[in-house]
Amino acid sequence: MYQWDFGILWSYRWLFLNGLGVTVGFTVVIVLLGLVFGLFGAFGSLSRFKAIRLTALTFIEAFRCTPILVQLIWFYYALPILAGVEMTPITASALALSLYGGSFYSEIIRGGIISIDKGQSEAGAALGMTPRQSMRRIVLPQAIKRMIPALMNQSIIQFKNTSLVSVLAVPDLVYQSQVAAHDSYRPLETYTAVAVAYAAILIPLTIIVRRGEKRLAVSE
Amino acid sequence: MSDTPKIEIRGLRKSFGSNEVLKNINLDVAKGGVVALIGPSGSGKSTLLRCINLLVVPDGGSVRVGDTRFAFGEGTKLPDVKALAKFRATTGMVFQHFNLFPHMTTLQNVMEGPVTVRRIAKADAEKLARAQLAKVGLAEKADQYPATLSGGQKQRVAIARALAMEPDVMLFDEATSALDPELVGEVLNVIQQLASEGMTMVIVTHEIAFAREVADRLIFMRDGVVVEEGPARQVIDSPQEAATRAFLSHFHRTGALPPANAGS
Repeated sequence: MYQWDFGILWSYRWLFLNGLGVTVGFTVVIVLLGLVFGLFGAFGSLSRFKAIRLTALTFIEAFRCTPILVQLIWFYYALPILAGVEMTPITASALALSLYGGSFYSEIIRGGIISIDKGQSEAGAALGMTPRQSMRRIVLPQAIKRMIPALMNQSIIQFKNTSLVSVLAVPDLVYQSQVAAHDSYRPLETYTAVAVAYAAILIPLTIIVRRGEKRLAVSE
Repeated sequence: MSDTPKIEIRGLRKSFGSNEVLKNINLDVAKGGVVALIGPSGSGKSTLLRCINLLVVPDGGSVRVGDTRFAFGEGTKLPDVKALAKFRATTGMVFQHFNLFPHMTTLQNVMEGPVTVRRIAKADAEKLARAQLAKVGLAEKADQYPATLSGGQKQRVAIARALAMEPDVMLFDEATSALDPELVGEVLNVIQQLASEGMTMVIVTHEIAFAREVADRLIFMRDGVVVEEGPARQVIDSPQEAATRAFLSHFHRTGALPPANAGS
């Protein structure tokens, strides 16, 4: 029977905290950047111009339909050769994860916008609003309310996806725990603790999302 | 009434795919005139109404409301979004399904056009909006959300919202078709009041008795063409065309308007 000894992890606490800081900070960056890409993707895919629509859809599907691990490696090893620019592991992985997340955010935002009854934008147009005004005043305020639970869910997935950046030696929680595991010869304790750390952050968040969904269902 | 019509439509054509819904429609509405558009579903009457404020862009012909005229067809450029928006701001439209903005209170719904489109100061827009709500008998519902209103009340708010733009012309697209029968009267009363104030209106309706009372001209459409047209009472009481007679035989054509609900 294996003798658990979690006490040994205490001496690595700064390493873990450091890694956790990188993971959280990285998540914030890729969620924000991803939302920006997502907005561009969504409005692009709803554009009146076919060329813009096709470009947006091509990007969205390219990132949605390839594994994130492959994208991370491709952005770090292949893109610099093709584009002729050196990228640090952090830049490459931030870019890959933001675009990957952005492709899913795009679909959520697009779905939210087209879920709003066409009569709403018609009523705006009949009042004399330009398409932009009716998007801003009428459609988006209603659509954003519907998108929020799905956007939160996708962001939770993004938080977990940051664990993959350890393959490019970005010093996140998983990477640091690999260091600790090799150093202490205690991989069971180390990875259990890491799993608990992810869950401890995400479980409260999922509860918040679920409450939000319920409140939304009541208000509609 | 002046000599030049307020609304003038010439040679209007519109197809959706291979389905030709409007075939060479001509229509004049005098200033202060009330025209009722009737006909079976699929006759093109709603599409014609939506062409008047260009919610539907015609394939050919021309549309003029007041001093603004747009021509369509081969070789003409489609109007840009700004010109379209400016044009639509002068015509009010009321929809079958109300299309109130659910995320805004009744008052905000009515203020939205004046604030966003006409750029009126909030305080003035609120005064204007409250006056319009009072006019349709809903002053005390100002702070409620549309979801809490009855169908008839929603439609009256929608009318107030359109009137707050102080339009030259009002278009009604089956404004009472989605209402429970006992709520139809309160909406028709508001429309009748507008008619008596001299508002130029085009009304798509299935309320034949109402059209007979309120409209001065009546147009019967079928399959994208105007079959019969004339003074409302004359067409309803003694239709000349067989198709008009057949259609009208489904309705009670006379009688009092349904009463408005007291205290609603």
